[in-house]
Amino acid sequence: MKYITEFRSSELGEGLIARIQQRSKRKVRFMEFCGGHTVTIFRYGIRQLLPPTIEMVSGPGCPICVTANADLDKAIALSQIPGVIVATFGDMLKVPGSRSSLEKAKAEGAEVRTVYSTMDALNIAEANRDKSVVFMGIGFETTAPTIAASILQAEERGIENYYVLSLHKLCPPVIKALLDSGEVELGGLVCPGHVSAIIGSHPWEFIAREYGIPCVISGFEPLDILQCVEMLVEQVEKGESRVEIAYRRGVRPEGNQIALKLMERVFEPSPARWRGMGEIAGSGLKINSKYQRFDAEANFDIKTAPAVEHKGCICGDILRGVKTPADCKLFGKACTPQNPIGPCMVSAEGSCSAYYLYGGGRGG
Amino acid sequence: MGAVVEDKILLAHGSGGKLSHDLVAKSFVKALANPLLNTLDDSAVFELSGRLAFTTDSYVVSPIFFPGGDIGKLAVCGTVNDLATSGAKPLYLSLSFIIEEGLSLNELEKVVNSVRKAAGEAGVKIVTGDTKVVTRGSADKLFINTAGVGVIPEGVSISGTNAKPGDRVILSGAIGDHGIAVVSQREGLSFATKLKSDCAPLGGLVAEMLKASPNIHALRDPTRGGLASSLNELAQQSKVSIRIEEKEIPVREAVLAACEMLGFDPLYVANEGKMIAIVPPEDADKVLKAMRKNKYGRDAAIIGEVGAEKPGRVVMKTVLGSSRIVDMMVGDLLPRIC
Repeated sequence: MKYITEFRSSELGEGLIARIQQRSKRKVRFMEFCGGHTVTIFRYGIRQLLPPTIEMVSGPGCPICVTANADLDKAIALSQIPGVIVATFGDMLKVPGSRSSLEKAKAEGAEVRTVYSTMDALNIAEANRDKSVVFMGIGFETTAPTIAASILQAEERGIENYYVLSLHKLCPPVIKALLDSGEVELGGLVCPGHVSAIIGSHPWEFIAREYGIPCVISGFEPLDILQCVEMLVEQVEKGESRVEIAYRRGVRPEGNQIALKLMERVFEPSPARWRGMGEIAGSGLKINSKYQRFDAEANFDIKTAPAVEHKGCICGDILRGVKTPADCKLFGKACTPQNPIGPCMVSAEGSCSAYYLYGGGRGG
Repeated sequence: MGAVVEDKILLAHGSGGKLSHDLVAKSFVKALANPLLNTLDDSAVFELSGRLAFTTDSYVVSPIFFPGGDIGKLAVCGTVNDLATSGAKPLYLSLSFIIEEGLSLNELEKVVNSVRKAAGEAGVKIVTGDTKVVTRGSADKLFINTAGVGVIPEGVSISGTNAKPGDRVILSGAIGDHGIAVVSQREGLSFATKLKSDCAPLGGLVAEMLKASPNIHALRDPTRGGLASSLNELAQQSKVSIRIEEKEIPVREAVLAACEMLGFDPLYVANEGKMIAIVPPEDADKVLKAMRKNKYGRDAAIIGEVGAEKPGRVVMKTVLGSSRIVDMMVGDLLPRIC
């Protein structure tokens, strides 16, 4: 088992597609929550292979895309404070905030460092004891445990100049908000694979139970997605709604208890701002009082002007699944990966970037 | 006179004085000796006849040593391969070093030695050169520029503008090895892999391909930007479309795995020892056979076809049978891989 080529087999793929086409009778709309799934769907042209009964829409599962301008402005403001080094994952650098981006701030002299892992940020702090290192903590339940671990390590190693700007977001609450808004009607949910590897399958059950929507947790290879769609179709046709795991090699129903305990030790639920959706109660994580000395918000005087959105950018609507990149007047013209206006064009997992790179809006 | 640090390159090594002279004589000329270089004149003087190909490239790869090669081998192979893409037989190269003060002499000698080996394999001579040393921080260890000339055989006319509808697209082997081998050594990103760079001189391979068919329309070595970017360039230059089949494109399992981990698409990862050939359909099998006989073309495969519709567009049939656009690379996947 090599875990890659097996999940890209054309023979198995053809079989799954045939079964989906044969089985799907009812008209239905599925949402893939996760940006990683969106990329696989476009990279393998999966939308073209599905029968006309099935419509796929992309959801808000791109951590970079959903970071609100107000929060991005905070990171940029932090980078302007003398003696502060802002450490961040690379994609975040290019995302335009209200008035600037971390990339521009860096070009103008701010100390902004790209890291590949949270622990690299901690090492930067250890090597620069005379400065304050603020890690921009973005991401869902997948990255939160590693950031919790970095805070516990900082404590253990006596690194006093390490801070986290906690912008973490939780997936089940945003799906609930999306469904409660009534803006998009969904007949099935492709649940995120990596997030579920941490939280397990139980936190999705309310969607199947209370909203009657079939849920299947999927992996990220093309056959994973096809198998997931097949399982969703099966539930739809039988009139059932439950949570199933198609990504058994990655996800257990109870999740990853060690990671969950790490999160619990350091964070507590809080309201969070989502691009295009505003503030959603209980959808974020903030650092709890015990570890407050690592919390950038509590330790720096962060001054920002009121956030403004970019004129004409519809990233917010795209993230809610209400519009597609093709509906955007800026897409492919004013807004391209070289010169992005909205975050969905910057992030490798953003819908606009996937549409642009893999010709989603431009046919074959 | 202050203390002399024998094993490091000093600013004085590039000053034109005694240290410079010794460095050139002991480290460079000795290793790369040939009658044209040995004269140590300011320019190499030689006669050539026929149509010439002339090219130049600078090499700034980081780190300078990587699995399967180093900046010296790369500086020879890159320029040799650029000459080969015009069908030329590569003959003479210039070699110019920009050295950061403090580079170990031992490392420099290792690099010169691999220049020697690569030039020997490629059948080219280093006929002129230059050395500059810059203060610490003004360069990163070592930058190399090479330029090269070659002679194009009679009856050969190869250009990126020549691709015609119906032509077959042949790729000489598995993609992505170089980019992944280099990135596996990067600080903050290092991971264990047995992958080696594919860095190799392809003059011999191209000569054998041309022997099989002098009618090859276009050649391109897919370096930075990978296979995807090279195919886009060819489609734009020739005003044609190119359709490739994902399942025909050779990629090693280790490259696939690394790409998954790093979020790359192998189509955009750099190569330093691969060739794309655009060949008329009636000659495709002959050329393919000739390629497979050469050690640098053993895994060669026909990966697609040139079409007339939608000029400038590259489309790929995915393993699942759907199709998607393959665009030019946007931005910088991996800085300084060559």
